[in-house]
Formats: sequence, C-alpha cells, structure tokens
Amino acid sequence: MTATGITDATPALAVRGRASFREGFAMFRNAKSITGLVIIGVFAVLAVVGPWIAPYDPDATDLDHRNEAPTLAHLLGTTHMGQDVLSQIIVGTRGVMVVGFLAGVIATLIAVIIGVTAGYVGGGRSEALSAFTNVFLVVPGLPLIIIVASQFDDPNILLISAVLAITGWAWGARVLRAQTMSLRNRDFIQAARVNGEPLWRIIAVEMLPNLMAVIASSFVGTVTAAILAQTTLAFVGVTPISDWNWGTILFWAQSNNAFPDKWWWYLPAGLCIALVGMALSLINFGIDEYVNPRLRSAGDRVRALRRKGIRVSAEGATIVRR
Amino acid sequence: MRLFLRRAAFYLFTAWAAITINFFLPRMMKGDPITAYLARNQGKVSPDAIQSLQILFGLDNPKPIWQQYVEYWGLLLRGDLGISLSKGLAPVSQVIADALPWTLGLVGVATVISFFLGTGIGTLIGWRRGSRADAVVPVATFFSTIPYFWIGLIIIALFSTTLKWFPASHAFSRELTPALSWPFVGDVVYHAVLPAFTIVLTSLGGWILGMRNMMITVLDEDYITVAQAKGLSPRRVMVGYAARNAVLPQLSSFALSLGFIVGGTLIMEMIFSYPGLGLRLFEATLAKDYPLMQGMFLVITLSVLVANILADVAHAILDPRTRQEAA
Repeated sequence: MTATGITDATPALAVRGRASFREGFAMFRNAKSITGLVIIGVFAVLAVVGPWIAPYDPDATDLDHRNEAPTLAHLLGTTHMGQDVLSQIIVGTRGVMVVGFLAGVIATLIAVIIGVTAGYVGGGRSEALSAFTNVFLVVPGLPLIIIVASQFDDPNILLISAVLAITGWAWGARVLRAQTMSLRNRDFIQAARVNGEPLWRIIAVEMLPNLMAVIASSFVGTVTAAILAQTTLAFVGVTPISDWNWGTILFWAQSNNAFPDKWWWYLPAGLCIALVGMALSLINFGIDEYVNPRLRSAGDRVRALRRKGIRVSAEGATIVRR
Repeated sequence: MRLFLRRAAFYLFTAWAAITINFFLPRMMKGDPITAYLARNQGKVSPDAIQSLQILFGLDNPKPIWQQYVEYWGLLLRGDLGISLSKGLAPVSQVIADALPWTLGLVGVATVISFFLGTGIGTLIGWRRGSRADAVVPVATFFSTIPYFWIGLIIIALFSTTLKWFPASHAFSRELTPALSWPFVGDVVYHAVLPAFTIVLTSLGGWILGMRNMMITVLDEDYITVAQAKGLSPRRVMVGYAARNAVLPQLSSFALSLGFIVGGTLIMEMIFSYPGLGLRLFEATLAKDYPLMQGMFLVITLSVLVANILADVAHAILDPRTRQEAA
C-alpha cells in the first residue's frame, strides 16, 4: 500500500536534488508525527530510567497482598504472588524498546544495503536481489521465529532482535529498490556520474538524503512489527519468561486465570503495546502525508470548498446545487 | 506468457528456498535433541523412522552434505516428514494433514471476509474524504496495532466467560462425532465465530487504510474527472472507475502480506485452542518436538505460496495489462 504511494509521489520528494540536513527532518514536522514521537519519547525515557523509578522490585513477592485490585500502594494492583503490576510494566518497557529498536536498526541496515544496491545496479543482478527479497517477504516470519527461538534454551535480547530483523527487512528493501530505481535516472544523479563522483559518494551524498523518508518509514514499520512479534513470543513462552517485558506480564496473567476478572493485570500491558504501536503508526502517517501530499490535503480541500457552499463528490468535478 | 513464466520461476525458487532453509536450520543448531530422545526411547521407534529422522536432522554426520541434501529431497518427495515425538510417534505428515483443513477453513474464510469488508469500507471513506467518515481512520489504526493475542483473550473473556454466548475453545463439541450433517456443520460454525471475528477485527484496519489511501491517490487522476464530466452516476464512478483501479495495488499487498497474516492467525489458534496448525505448532514448541516443527514450517510456507499463486491469478483477471503482456 505504501509502496505505490511513495513511488507515485517521487517528483515532489526528489525534485530539489540534494536535500539539506534540515530538510531531512521536515517529514516529522506535522502534528501526527510529533504526537507519535512524543509518546515514543516518553516510553524511551521510561526504558532508560525504569528500574530506578519503579516503586517495587518487579520480582518481589508479597504474600499478604495477592490478587489485589489497584490501591494507593499498588497503583495497578498485584499479581497472584503479590508482585506489583505497575513496576513490572515500568521495568518491562526496557526489554520491549531495546528489542524493537535493535531489530529496527539491523533490519533497516539490511534493507538499505540490499534495496539501494538492487535499485542502482539494474539488470539481472537487480532481478536476482529482488527475487531474494521477495522470498523473505513471502516466507511466513512468525513460525520461523518461533522455531529458531525454540532451538535455544536461553535466547538473549541480541539474538531475538537479530532473528526479528532477518525476517522483517524485506518490505523496506522492496520499497527502497523502487525508489532508488526512479532516482538513478534523475538529472542530478546523471550529472554526478558524469562529473566522475565515486559510487559511494553518489549513493551516500546524492541518493541517501532523498531516500530518508522511505528509510524512516521502513524503520518505523519494522519496529512496530518487531515489538508485536517480540511480545507475542514472550506471551507464547518461547523466550525466557524471567525477562520482564509486556508480553511476559500477559503470559503470567493468562497462565494464572487473570481473564476476565483481574483486569488490572492484563489491560495495562496490552494497552501499552497498542499505544506504542499507535504512536509508531502516527509517525508513519506523518511521513506518508509528507511524501504523498494528496493524502494530506484531500480532506482539507473538500472541507474548504464545502464551507463555500460547493459540494464536491470527487476531485476536479464539482456538482452545482440545483 | 513471459510474465507467467517469471512468476512460475519465482514460486519454484521460493519453494526451493523454503525447503533448503528447512534443511539447514537443524544442522546449524547446537545440541542434538533427537539423538537424546532416541536413546531414551530405545526399542519403541522403528528403524525406518529412525532413519528418516537421521536424514531430516543430519544426524548421519559422516556423509557429505550434498548426499544428505539429496536424501532429504528423496524423503520429501515420498511425503515422509519423519515422526512426531510428542504425538505418540505418529507420522508428521499425518498430524499435519489432520490439522490443515481446520486452518484453511478458519483462516481462509476470515481473511477473505476481512479483505472484502476492509476494501469496501476503504472505498467508501476514500470516496467521502473530508466528511465525518474520516473518523474511521484512527479507529482502524488502533485496531490494527493492538496485539492480536491480547484482543483474542479479551474477546474470550467478554463473549465466552462472562456473557456465555459462544464457546471459547475447540472446533466442535466433544459429544459430536465429525460427520457431514447439519448439526455438526452448525456446531463447527458456532465454534468458529469468535476466532474468525477476532481475526477479522485485527486485520480489517490494514485493508481499510490501504484502500483509502489508494482511493485518494486514484481520485486525483484525470479519467475520474472525465467520467464525472460525462455525467456518469457517482456510484458508477466510485466502483467502476476509482475502486476498480485502486484495488490492484491492494491485491498485490494482499498477496505479499499473506505470510504475515498467517503468522498472526496461528497465534489465534493457540488462544482459541483451535485444532489447526497454529495450535499444533504451539504444542510442538512446548514439547520440543523438532520433527513436527520442521514439517509444520514447510507446510505453512508452501500453503502461503499456493495462496500467493491464487492472488496472482486474481490480479491477472482484474488487470488487463498483465494479460496484454502475455499476448
């Protein structure tokens, strides 16, 4: 869906040639992206300082206060062992954010290397890389991740991120290939080539700034998928249930019959995952609308015309009131 | 014809890649759970079964790798995927054959419903952009970002445990014996309502957003203006001119995201104890039943490939350009 949107809108994006550093951040300068970034920022801070600000030790049991609904002492209640749910959520944030970020970085690196190369070289080699990308796109990722992760007794964070990245880079590579192919025949790239600029410079200095929106959007998409997959793995019990993250909380809640009555145990963790996912989607909507201005202005233009008393059923043709 | 051959080559290549991944995965892993299992259960496993396990997992180490690879292919072509360690040593192919129809039925129907419903809603709100219909967008986004296993559990808690409207697990009641009779079919549908509803609920948002964005892009095209200037009815312009073209990229992204969808629905089967591939995969991971896991991955991947081929055929039917190239 995004793929076509992005390729359609290339002229708007790349017409200036070399994009400056300041312009690199223009895609984030809209209400949707900023809202998303703020939410992610809050969770990122929580990931860093979590263990210090958590009111209790997430593992500490308190047998006098078991299965308690939220109270002032335990703002989100307690588990079947009297552990503080709020502390588990705060401490668990780090696990979620680190895996999501690491998987996103690794996957984006692979996507940029393979996608840009496939888009730049052209011909048979490009087709081969594209087929390779499509294989990774078609092979169902989650079963593969579950099988690989279950082969290890104690998969660590880096391993999980790497597996998530290997199964998640293909979409970005596909979009980047399409975008690079449309860039390589632009005048400013041709000029750079005729000027004898080395290949690395053409790619790093002339092309990459124009690919930033696509790269950012594929990074955000991978992080979203990685966070969902990672919490799913933790919930299923494939990754160690002793490492706190939001999936682990849901694992314990489900295995101790928290559904449906002990809402304080299972609602917050799920809502946190949804909130992070929502924030990441908002960032991506912002980028989409920056790349494809039709998405941004469509609603506004119709509303503006309606205020003037003109009813628009579709762009271009107006139906005058009879 | 050229396009057709290219697609065929791609599918063969992907199938080969999946099989080869399946061949190398157990060989790259440390440790040898199979030999340990066989040592513990000496005498219970037939020599034939031991031999196929050795070929599948590369336990026959002295042989060169290419010979192992050839033997592995021979085994697959005979439909022998080894024996399941956790299902009473039943053949893996049998365990999968029992589970596959349930997954195909549930996931297939739910995904098709979700695709048509989502594309329909997306068409409408894309057409009425700037109206109150735009409020659907944030709702759809929210439902596409919540973890599917979590919403599944909440739906069970709400509609099954609390309201007792629908059963929370299994594909049919224990009292009934599977038969092609109205009571049994009705019971199967009754059991499938909650899992299917959950799958539709979580995947709908993606289709709505994708279709809406494509509609908005297509509505700016000149041929839409021309169609309206000709005085065609708005309905005809919306369906026959705008949606007809906007659905093509939607269909390609449908094909490509199938692998992702299947992953999510497998989790649904775990939550709803639905006797399909997802539940079996989950049981296999808990029991460290490696032969079953490997066979499962292979069959899931091949099923996704078949679904991709179907989506390709649909694309060729809807998009005359792909057929024109063939002529």
